[in-house]
Amino acid sequence: MTDATLSFDEAMEKYDPVLGFEVHVELNTKTKMFSSAPNVFGDEPNTNVNEVDLGMPGVLPVVNKTAIESSIKIGLALNCKIAETCRFARKNYFYPDTPKNFQTSQYDEPIAYDGYLDIELADGTVFRVEIERAHMEEDAGKLTHMGGAAGRIQGADYSLVDYNRSGVPLVEIVTKPIEGAGSRAPELAKAYVAAVREIVKNLGVSDAKMERGNVRCDANVSLRPHGRERFGIRSETKNVNSLRAVEHAVRYEIQRHAAVLESGAPVIQETRHWHEDTRSTTSGRPKSDADDYRYFPEPDLVPVVASREWVEELRATLPEPPAARRKRLQADWGYSDLEFRDVVNAGVLDEIEETIAAGATATVARKWWMGEIVGRAKNADVDPGQLGVAPATIVELNAMVPAEIVEKRGLAVVSDDGPLLEAIDQVLAAQPGVADKIRAGKLQAIGAIVGGVMKATRGQADAGRVKELILERLGVEG
Amino acid sequence: MAAINRDDVAHLARLAHIEMSAEELDRMAGELAVIVESVKSVSEAAGDDVPATSHPIPLTNVFREDVVGHTFTAEQALSGAPDAYEGRFKVPAILDED
Repeated sequence: MTDATLSFDEAMEKYDPVLGFEVHVELNTKTKMFSSAPNVFGDEPNTNVNEVDLGMPGVLPVVNKTAIESSIKIGLALNCKIAETCRFARKNYFYPDTPKNFQTSQYDEPIAYDGYLDIELADGTVFRVEIERAHMEEDAGKLTHMGGAAGRIQGADYSLVDYNRSGVPLVEIVTKPIEGAGSRAPELAKAYVAAVREIVKNLGVSDAKMERGNVRCDANVSLRPHGRERFGIRSETKNVNSLRAVEHAVRYEIQRHAAVLESGAPVIQETRHWHEDTRSTTSGRPKSDADDYRYFPEPDLVPVVASREWVEELRATLPEPPAARRKRLQADWGYSDLEFRDVVNAGVLDEIEETIAAGATATVARKWWMGEIVGRAKNADVDPGQLGVAPATIVELNAMVPAEIVEKRGLAVVSDDGPLLEAIDQVLAAQPGVADKIRAGKLQAIGAIVGGVMKATRGQADAGRVKELILERLGVEG
Repeated sequence: MAAINRDDVAHLARLAHIEMSAEELDRMAGELAVIVESVKSVSEAAGDDVPATSHPIPLTNVFREDVVGHTFTAEQALSGAPDAYEGRFKVPAILDED
């Protein structure tokens, strides 16, 4: 059954979204959280298991020290406090994804708490997301539902279980309710999960491949009428496992909640399943008394004490945070805000850094990557880095093109603002409606003007600079 | 803690997947109430200066280095399983129960 939805704009006119995320990060330790079985993806089923992972009677779990260190590093990178003492707890439930009938997790004593992450949106706006906690737990086995509707739990005849993933160390990062994002909520959702993924990848504590489930997101959404303090009833969309899906799922749930509220019905507190094919969610399980997990302290594991010396030792090993690195690179390269943002959004930061390291100037590196290569990647529908262009090749290529040929063929990038401004004025004059839109804050309309200028300059202008000049011309803040 | 009543026992039995007759529920409610009452006397003995403990031995940080140890073969892992298929445990479809 398809749920009714309201248009996103209408939903935004009436309601204010509140978000919350639980992001599960699989650590890339060599072994599991509580057993010495290997933590490896993609092996034959039930070959990376031993008696602890299978929950056999009388076994004793032992904590993986590296997993604790990775968890502390994640906590520090999320600006969290690290608990001096924390404990594991049993979360009791019956489901064949755990052979023990409980998941070893943390309950009231997480290893990290009270942090925050500053999220930069595509236009440079910075939004602070507060982190409630980051706690350690173990992953569950993988179920494949057979028969009935293919792969869906509904109507399945039986399920097959592979416990290779059972016991893989996880860190679950839980945000506080995120308020005030307004119509940027879907964008913020995507940017937040991207930032978490980037951080754990940068720390080297996770392979961070979403397509493999190394980073998984549960997205909570609720709506409240503008001006109301009290939160609405939330839904929790489970296992949204790509950045694009996170954005779409939040957007969809906002539209669905709005339609429910408009109809006068209450929103049901439930889990939802995300379907990439239809870009919609369907109802999962309502919250029920089966969610009484009867947590209690895990008697087989002793508390973890993180001495301040240990925490500081780990802090000293942290790499430069991705956001700080971006700031440093922008300053080093002398790119304008717009130029730099375009580079980041095109996903060629590493490539440009390597090209500069190979001997190119910052300007040359950017022009090759943002001009020729990004365009080709787009046509081929791949990431620019996947085209196989070596940074050293760009340096060589650039040196091989003699200056006079560049001049003669008109290949030089038009960087003199004079001719650009002239072209911009002409295009703006030809499309007065578009100029008004941009002035009114509809910045995406700028594409039409940029396109016109690029056409007028036969593609030789630097689109980033053109954008800047247009905004300047119209007196609009980028 | 409030006394254990019959509804609490029925709830716990459902969570634990234990089928209990009406008589068993009545009897168990009484017995559990006595046990809870007895255990409660411990909290009277312990003052505010005694922290809650989850473990009788004052040990912390029992860790293992991140070194791969032994594993089972799939055959060994499945040897005690009631049913298996292509190297995996075969279990009845678990649908949403409620």
